[in-house]
Amino acid sequence: MKQNDLILQTVTKVAAFVILLFAVAIFLGGHYSPGGGFVGGLMTSAAIVLLLLAFDIKTVAGILPIDYKLMIGSGLLISSLTVAGGLFFGVPLMTHVYHYINLPLLGHISLHTAVLFDLGVYLVVVGVTMTIIQTIGESE
Amino acid sequence: MNNLTFMPVLWPLFTAIFLIFFSKKIMLQRGISLFSSLIGIAISLYLVFSVHTHGILTLGVGSWDAPFGIVIVADMLSSLLVLTTNIIGFAILLYSFYSIGEERERHYYYPVFQFLLIGVNGAFLTGDLFNLFVFFEVMLMASYVLLVLGGTKIQLRESLKYIIVNVLSSSFFVIMVAYLYSVLGTLNMADISQRIAEVNQPGIISVIAIGFLIVFGLKGAIFPLFQWLPGSYYAPPIPVMALFGALLTKVGIYSIFRTYTLMFYHDQDFTHTFLAILAILTIIIGVIGAIAYWDVKKIIIYNIIIAVGVIIFGISVMNEQALSGSILYIIHDMLIKAALFLLVGIMIKISGSDDLRDMGGLIKRYPALAWTFFIAAISLAGIPPFSGFAGKLLILQGAAEKGAYFGMAVVLLSSLMVLYSVMKIFMNGFWGTPKADYALTNNTVNKMLVPAVLLVIISVLFGVGTESIYPFITQAAETLINPDIYIKAVLKE
Repeated sequence: MKQNDLILQTVTKVAAFVILLFAVAIFLGGHYSPGGGFVGGLMTSAAIVLLLLAFDIKTVAGILPIDYKLMIGSGLLISSLTVAGGLFFGVPLMTHVYHYINLPLLGHISLHTAVLFDLGVYLVVVGVTMTIIQTIGESE
Repeated sequence: MNNLTFMPVLWPLFTAIFLIFFSKKIMLQRGISLFSSLIGIAISLYLVFSVHTHGILTLGVGSWDAPFGIVIVADMLSSLLVLTTNIIGFAILLYSFYSIGEERERHYYYPVFQFLLIGVNGAFLTGDLFNLFVFFEVMLMASYVLLVLGGTKIQLRESLKYIIVNVLSSSFFVIMVAYLYSVLGTLNMADISQRIAEVNQPGIISVIAIGFLIVFGLKGAIFPLFQWLPGSYYAPPIPVMALFGALLTKVGIYSIFRTYTLMFYHDQDFTHTFLAILAILTIIIGVIGAIAYWDVKKIIIYNIIIAVGVIIFGISVMNEQALSGSILYIIHDMLIKAALFLLVGIMIKISGSDDLRDMGGLIKRYPALAWTFFIAAISLAGIPPFSGFAGKLLILQGAAEKGAYFGMAVVLLSSLMVLYSVMKIFMNGFWGTPKADYALTNNTVNKMLVPAVLLVIISVLFGVGTESIYPFITQAAETLINPDIYIKAVLKE
């Protein structure tokens, strides 16, 4: 007999979005407040794990058709391209630059290349966590 | 600023990332790995010649200068070791094509191979103690995967042991870094050295020095800390075993080189005597193992331990001759160990057993294999025109100058035993009557023989041309004997 987990699934649908938003907020605020790519990535995978708990692996793979191993690769690629950027500008590797610009809605903000590096970290963390959990979940 | 210094790390990193995206296309994986590893050799050759003409090259990563940022330092010792690493990587890669098997190739063998090279090259090039730890971990993680990849019973058992030992030693590494940081307040190696010189190495620093010796001794398999090595190195397939035997223990030795010549050299009566005793015991244990076994893999594995002992003994003597001897010997040993593992691998493949008593008469069908093995064997023992000779001679000269006669005697006797152990393989494996009808054709054997022959040729050239590469070696030894050169280059005073 199949259990009825309607409450769990309904709550998950709401909670997953709140957790995802929180993860993005932590990720973007990393430069000025506690947080950054690592915790942001972990929170994101926590949201996906919650989905995995409420539904099953197949459904979640349908919602998020992502190959997490490629996600690790892309994260590494973004981070190492940021590192290698120094090669093209004749400065030491991993030298970061930033610039203040005015955006229509967001206002006066600074854009920093360290965020790109962090984005790589974020993708690797999500990719690694999800690969581990999915691989263990699928093996018999 | 010199970005070239970091290229031996960055290049394999990009290769590895690229390979992750195409993990199922085996021919593409092979082609890219091979191409990348040729470029890697070119980069490290260029690095060696740049260091030779311009002196020590440093790179303050992220435009933060030492001691505040991470510094990548290529002195002659590091760049020579990076070059050797890349050459060995190329040869073992070539050998992997014929022996590792499609199943492993499809499961990220080549990306992980590149990650191992990143770790080893990075550990050789870094000028920051915590960064050294990180590169150690990169190397070890890759080695865990390579050790367990394939999932046979013996691999699972041995990688469990290997991982436990290395996790323990890594945490000990972190504890020692924490101690050193709380005493000196810096992590940059040149800065550490300078501050130790200022306080003239009080007792606590000597304690930390011994702590680091325990850490690096666990990685490099010196006397009381070697027990994990014979089992763990026995488990993986031959190319992985060659990679481990040639590179991993040598990173531990390199770290002992760095710490004991750059930082902890003020209380040599204590630290270096301790080092010498351990080195001699390591040689003795290695010799006992090498002559005890009839298993070809075990014999070569115990020969690693002997070589570790000889190199460490050279470091403990701590004069210019012995240090140049140690540098010559570590490069020779990396090359020849890789070659010997590959050759032994072919022998096992032919006869289907790793016991010497099941082999015999291989020379009749495979003369090329036999003579390559013979040359590799006498190089290992240090017969004059070949590569093991000059290094050992210099170590012995240095030891004689210091009056360490007991150590000299042990090193000399160990050479005899090394010769005995490899000649045992040669006489029982290649001479006599064939024990079975060997099915492998000469064609297959020759293909697998190419990388081994390549390594043996390089090591023979290394031995015959010692005179012409000797300026590079003295340049490396000079930095080790005068830490001021290193400190000045890094801190730019």
